[in-house]
Amino acid sequence: MATQTPDQRQLLEQMMLVRAYEEAIVAGSQAGKVPGTCTSVGQEAAAVGVVNALAPEDLILTNHRSSGHLLARGANPGRMLAEVMGRSGGYCGGHSGSLHISVKELGVVLTSTIVGAELSLAPGVALSQKMLGRPGIVACFFGDGAACEGSFHESINLAALWNLPVLYICENNHWQAFVHRREAMCKDHVSEWGASYGIPSRTVDGNDVAAVRAAAQEAAAQVRESGRPYLLETYTYRTRGHFEPDDQAYVDPAEREAWVARDPIKLCRERLIAEGSLSAVEADRLADKVATRIAAAQAFADASPFPSTDALTRHVYA
Amino acid sequence: MTTLTLYDAVGAALTEEMRRDQTVIAFGEGIATKRHDLVQEFGALRVRNTPLAEGIIAGTAVGAAGTGLRPVIDLLFAPFMCYAMDEIVNSAGKLRFMSGGQFSFPLVALAQTGAGWGVGAQHNHNVEAWFVHSPGLKVVMPSNPADAKGLLKAAIRDDNPVMFFLDIGLLYVPGEVPAGDVVVPFGKAAVAREGTDVSLVSYGKTVLHCLQAAEALAGQGISAEVIDLRSLKPLDEDTILASVRKTGRLVVVHEANKLCGVGAEIAALVAEQAFAALKAPIVRLGGPDAPVASSYPLEQAFVPQAEAIAAAAVRLCARQRA
Repeated sequence: MATQTPDQRQLLEQMMLVRAYEEAIVAGSQAGKVPGTCTSVGQEAAAVGVVNALAPEDLILTNHRSSGHLLARGANPGRMLAEVMGRSGGYCGGHSGSLHISVKELGVVLTSTIVGAELSLAPGVALSQKMLGRPGIVACFFGDGAACEGSFHESINLAALWNLPVLYICENNHWQAFVHRREAMCKDHVSEWGASYGIPSRTVDGNDVAAVRAAAQEAAAQVRESGRPYLLETYTYRTRGHFEPDDQAYVDPAEREAWVARDPIKLCRERLIAEGSLSAVEADRLADKVATRIAAAQAFADASPFPSTDALTRHVYA
Repeated sequence: MTTLTLYDAVGAALTEEMRRDQTVIAFGEGIATKRHDLVQEFGALRVRNTPLAEGIIAGTAVGAAGTGLRPVIDLLFAPFMCYAMDEIVNSAGKLRFMSGGQFSFPLVALAQTGAGWGVGAQHNHNVEAWFVHSPGLKVVMPSNPADAKGLLKAAIRDDNPVMFFLDIGLLYVPGEVPAGDVVVPFGKAAVAREGTDVSLVSYGKTVLHCLQAAEALAGQGISAEVIDLRSLKPLDEDTILASVRKTGRLVVVHEANKLCGVGAEIAALVAEQAFAALKAPIVRLGGPDAPVASSYPLEQAFVPQAEAIAAAAVRLCARQRA
């Protein structure tokens, strides 16, 4: 892939935004201001790299670790934070909280936090695209935990059988809530399961944002061209706990440290500086810019009122 | 009027709605095999067989409904819905609310159940109350072919997920069906027989048992009113309450287990809102807290029959409130 410096800087900035957003949530949670939530710290490259390989007309299904997908897609961090804090200015009016944010106008549809549910919904979304003659493909993000659900296998089988344009992206972050994947999965790589359904699959270093984007561009192009599913595994690591607060007493510190040493933001920043396409001063300026955006997002969320109780039964029925 | 079985009334509704609206599609376990006429008219893309995997059938319907199609899915037997509970309850029923109203889910899930074929407890289990208890879903169960056709047309046009239960015992019983585009609206019970002494409130095949009981009761000088609920959510509270205010006596009858069944909700509704009108305690007749046996006499004994309904009504009418 031809590396284009401005692009890579944008990817770095997006990853920094995701990190700063989630750090704000963690800080708010520790201060008792924000409910506990799931973060994707350490997985930013996997999210940002894939979303930046998609076209505007593509639809995204995501899950409870969705900050990276939403922010890379252009979601407003203030409205996301307001949603997390249960405020009426949130994307879902406070009915979702952090776990199930969907933003129809950005094509982030039908977010479910039931592990594996995004997989069960994806073929139907792709069926709509196909039968209604709409151009976009469907990108479905899930984890290695969801890959151990029956819905993973049912979904891929049906999408392959019906020739549905689904890009399956497994963010293999090594953790299935509080359980290491080696305790729960008979393979190291989810991508190995793709072959049994006769669909193309590959694993990419999920901490290298340029590699993720290149792999996702190639995968998305194949889905677009063939109209058939593709399974892309981004091999990465969840460096924070399952749900804030989480002391991670169950985590092997040596394993975690090895992955932290390959932190996706650090890797990208060091590479751009080594290439001479970013100076340390410019990198610091990016950090300031991101911090300013998050501070504004926090101010928006803090100022947004709680919903009135008549929202209790609103939007139950169409 | 034409004469159709309930099974063919479902087919007629599907045909008419698929002609009317290009976004209506049908898929499920053997639907393209059993209803091949639909495949011939609408093509193999709009009418599809699926794997016998209820979770992905329902999930695919939810995904499609949320993004522009109007799927009708056939899950065969109601207990199979246990495999589709997440997709139906957590996705179809909740994602509209949880997204702040960004999406709607116009889908219909068909499933058959009830006594009649001796298929045993994993094929015969009246689970409709589970879905009444789940927010965001509508639930209907017709007692005759005309209502099956009219309710299915309403279900397909509804912008909400609809659980559509077919009573196995009624599937191949013929009945008069009005010709043309007759829609039976949700939330409107039918007064299947008017009466003044006791209200028999039911749905599905036990409506027929109530009508038989009413006929027998008439011979004993008791005038029974029979209410066919047709839709369980939304529930036609007004028709139930008006009937009980007229008769002062209520027998609620259904095939599903009595414990926490739809009958409990109706009894509570009447106790809360029409207590003063009651001349006698409310009676509920329903199946026991047991799986249904396959053996014919046991399967029949599970279901409230006309004799038991009539006997309950006679006891109520003999009783004076202290």
